[in-house]
Amino acid sequence: MLAMEKIEITDEIVESHGLSKEEYEKVLQILGREPNMVELGIFSVMWSEHCSYKSSRVHLKNFPTEGPQVIQGPGENAGVVDIGDGLAVAFKMESHNHPSFIEPYQGAATGVGGIMRDVFTMGARPVANLNSLRFGNLDLPKHKYLLKGVVAGIAGYGNCMGVPTVGGEVYFDDCYNGNILVNAFTLGIVKSDKIFKGYASGIGNPVIYVGSKTGRDGIHGATMASEEFDEGSEEKRPTVQVGDPFTEKLLLEACLELMKTDYIIGIQDMGAAGLTSSSFEMASRAGTGIEMYLDEVPRREEGMTPYEIMLSESQERMLMVVKKGCEDKVRAIFDKWDLDCAVVGKVTDDGIMRLMEKGVAVAELPIDPLAEGAPVYSRPMSRPEYLDELSSLDLSTLKIPSDMNQVLVDLLDSPNIGSRRWIYNQYDHMVRTDTVTLPGSDAAVIRVKGTDKGVAMTVNCNSRYCYLDPYVGSMIAVAENARNLVCSGAKPLAITDCLNFGNPEKPEIMWQFAEAVRGLSDACKAFDTPVVSGNVSLYNETKGEAIYPTPTVGMVGLLENVNLHSTQYFKNKGDIIVLLGKNRSELGGSEYLKIVHGLVKGPPPVLDLKLERLVQKTCLEAIAAGIVESSHDCAEGGLAVALSEGCISGDKPMGANIELYNEGQRWDALLFGESQSRIVLSLNRRHIDKLEEIACNNETPLEVLGEVGGDHLLIDDKINVAIEDLQKAWRESLESRVS
Amino acid sequence: MKFGVIVFPGSNCDHDCYHVAKHVMGQETDYIWHKGRPSLESYDCVIIPGGFSYGDYLRPGAIARYSPITDEIKKYAEGGGLVIGICNGFQILIETGLLPGVLMRNRSLKFICEDVYLKVESSDTPFTSEYSADEVVKIPIAHHDGNYFADMDTLKKLKQNNQIIFRYSTADGETSVEANPNGSLLNIAGICNEKRNVLGMMPHPERCAEGILGNEDGKKIFESIVKRVMQPC
Repeated sequence: MLAMEKIEITDEIVESHGLSKEEYEKVLQILGREPNMVELGIFSVMWSEHCSYKSSRVHLKNFPTEGPQVIQGPGENAGVVDIGDGLAVAFKMESHNHPSFIEPYQGAATGVGGIMRDVFTMGARPVANLNSLRFGNLDLPKHKYLLKGVVAGIAGYGNCMGVPTVGGEVYFDDCYNGNILVNAFTLGIVKSDKIFKGYASGIGNPVIYVGSKTGRDGIHGATMASEEFDEGSEEKRPTVQVGDPFTEKLLLEACLELMKTDYIIGIQDMGAAGLTSSSFEMASRAGTGIEMYLDEVPRREEGMTPYEIMLSESQERMLMVVKKGCEDKVRAIFDKWDLDCAVVGKVTDDGIMRLMEKGVAVAELPIDPLAEGAPVYSRPMSRPEYLDELSSLDLSTLKIPSDMNQVLVDLLDSPNIGSRRWIYNQYDHMVRTDTVTLPGSDAAVIRVKGTDKGVAMTVNCNSRYCYLDPYVGSMIAVAENARNLVCSGAKPLAITDCLNFGNPEKPEIMWQFAEAVRGLSDACKAFDTPVVSGNVSLYNETKGEAIYPTPTVGMVGLLENVNLHSTQYFKNKGDIIVLLGKNRSELGGSEYLKIVHGLVKGPPPVLDLKLERLVQKTCLEAIAAGIVESSHDCAEGGLAVALSEGCISGDKPMGANIELYNEGQRWDALLFGESQSRIVLSLNRRHIDKLEEIACNNETPLEVLGEVGGDHLLIDDKINVAIEDLQKAWRESLESRVS
Repeated sequence: MKFGVIVFPGSNCDHDCYHVAKHVMGQETDYIWHKGRPSLESYDCVIIPGGFSYGDYLRPGAIARYSPITDEIKKYAEGGGLVIGICNGFQILIETGLLPGVLMRNRSLKFICEDVYLKVESSDTPFTSEYSADEVVKIPIAHHDGNYFADMDTLKKLKQNNQIIFRYSTADGETSVEANPNGSLLNIAGICNEKRNVLGMMPHPERCAEGILGNEDGKKIFESIVKRVMQPC
């Protein structure tokens, strides 16, 4: 019998724990009795959407997850990919959307803290962070506040940890007015034969708790992240955790020091659903049970109940199983770093989680039915009816602007295109002295000390495309990441993803989700970049209004020789500027259409996977041949914006003189259309033959556009703007809107 | 020669300083954990690296000042040993009183990470002898609290004794208001003590000492130290 004060489990209590009637029936079936409050709380978090993936699981299993480069695919704390020389990279991206909307600084900070723990749990030292952010309209004071808070939170945590934040992306759109997105990515480096996993193996081995003490913060954070927002969401502030990056820095160093020994059997970070999910998952993977002594859990406050201890999401904590007899040696390492370290349980053979308080059991739950037997939903799906109207776009009804100069300046001034300097200058992006390509180019590149190699990484998603066509939009997210990596000189290896969507109980949202997963899968197969880790964030919805489907993709690539990395800005006067790929007349979903015509409409750009691969192959071979001075992907704002960025994003701004081949296209489409599979290169005149040879071998369309020089950007008789005017609009875009 | 890199809980540029001293300069280098009281006598130069010692809680450097190793650093400096404090290391040197003044919050109240230009005001130190006086160098900053302040008497003394070593400037060497990233008085980026064996600076020379990082302007600091130790004048 369980010794607990008997509280009657009413329908209201079940509902307030986010469990449906059917789910509660399943609880009763598994236990063969009524749960007590502790047990109900555990079911509630373990079966929350956030922890159980109950709506998404049936789709996620279609992802390609294997390849010769993959050492660890999805299911662990982070994915691991081989980079040769006995080394591997561990990486993952995770969302912290709901808490960041409620409390931007702590929400974002703890998101960064959580993802770094996921990576160093694997035995990897985190060496780079990225982030992908979405805010609402910057004219709203609330969103200026959210942007400032989130950026300060990411900076506060990452800078203190000494892990550089080397890149990222940010977009602003009204669809995020009620739900912002904060997706944090961390990459670490690990020896391929020293990877740690979350297994509670070895009957009798001690279960050890290390790191911060447990407090009452973040209780039910996972459940909160599995619901829509309404009027009362602000009152959920106590469910947001508070971060302490200093303690996490100590935890990082102590764990890495411990990992040099052979004492650890398994280790797992206490993230969402804290002690509950870490202990259940470790035991479930190993097929064991755990007996846990709650009196031994280090606590911040007096009088905490078992319910609170098990559901707290206090940060900077780890659970590990070590070899019996090594307890004192483990403790010595944590003593050195002034961290709590307590034996809180032992591994058992009965497959039961038994929670003990003062010598009596306060909960007894079978592990596998709870961890693996979570409900799985094949939710109904239907294509939204509004798509027919949305995806039609008759270009003949659009007036072509007379002043293309003004359009270009307006686009550079768009917060979706302008310089991100105001953000990345608040992040320490140089600590560790590995950052070879600083923020502000297509992809960040870090060197790997002790080798000739470099690792490139990037995050991308154009959610407007995904709204208009989630299948194509998601494919483009993968393709653009790959193109960005290739532009930096890296060969793409694998991806991680954060799938941010609305309420999955609505058939239209579930359809978006399924289409996005299908698009990501098809594109990942085409680029040979399997999915190795990721996370799903649903219920990004407020008062019934969902965000655009936002399947953010983070991709990692490898440079065999880091010296051959490339950046996006023009380097020398007189260099020839070349376009790889084809200009089509496409304006659907473009930033131009939104900014100039106020429309979000049309089919997104076509993605021809074959052409995309050929363009990327040509670019990569040209960079490897050492003939490329700059390489830049054409993305939002099209060719004119890509050329402008080539002119203004470097240390020494320079102009360009361009003449475009126009076979009867609309000028606005040619200049600002967002056709895919296009890369702008610059190179010395003497290498042009070599480039043509490479392009020809790869059947890649190539057009010489003009040359670098002067102090204006000139494009035919359509664009003639002084570089300093372009630079001013671009540089001040964000800064002028937040201050 | 032998470098020692002090490690406080929360130091995070310790690996970077170690890397430059050991692998770029090719010198013997040790990490020195803050808890013990090891004698520093066997070291030719002690580096207090950047980071967030004790999380910058209370005030950057304020808690590190009470760590056991700090007494040893003081003794070592008073005995003429070479000590360089970078960023948080500079903040710690100020809190211990080895260097005068205070480092306040940046004028913008934000963390700033970017390349800045510095004018080398004096090459007459063991840390800057490889620079020419008035040379302009590009070295990145990364801090939240680098806004140097001191009373008029202190500033006067610093000037008189030629203790101001680096000042924020434009690429052309103008020490103007526009070139000042954080609000420091007199654009001060680095100062030394009267005996010139202790240097504190906010910019990070260890971040620009290798060609692959696109900038080697900081390397001369380490070269100056090695030269001074290997060929004492």
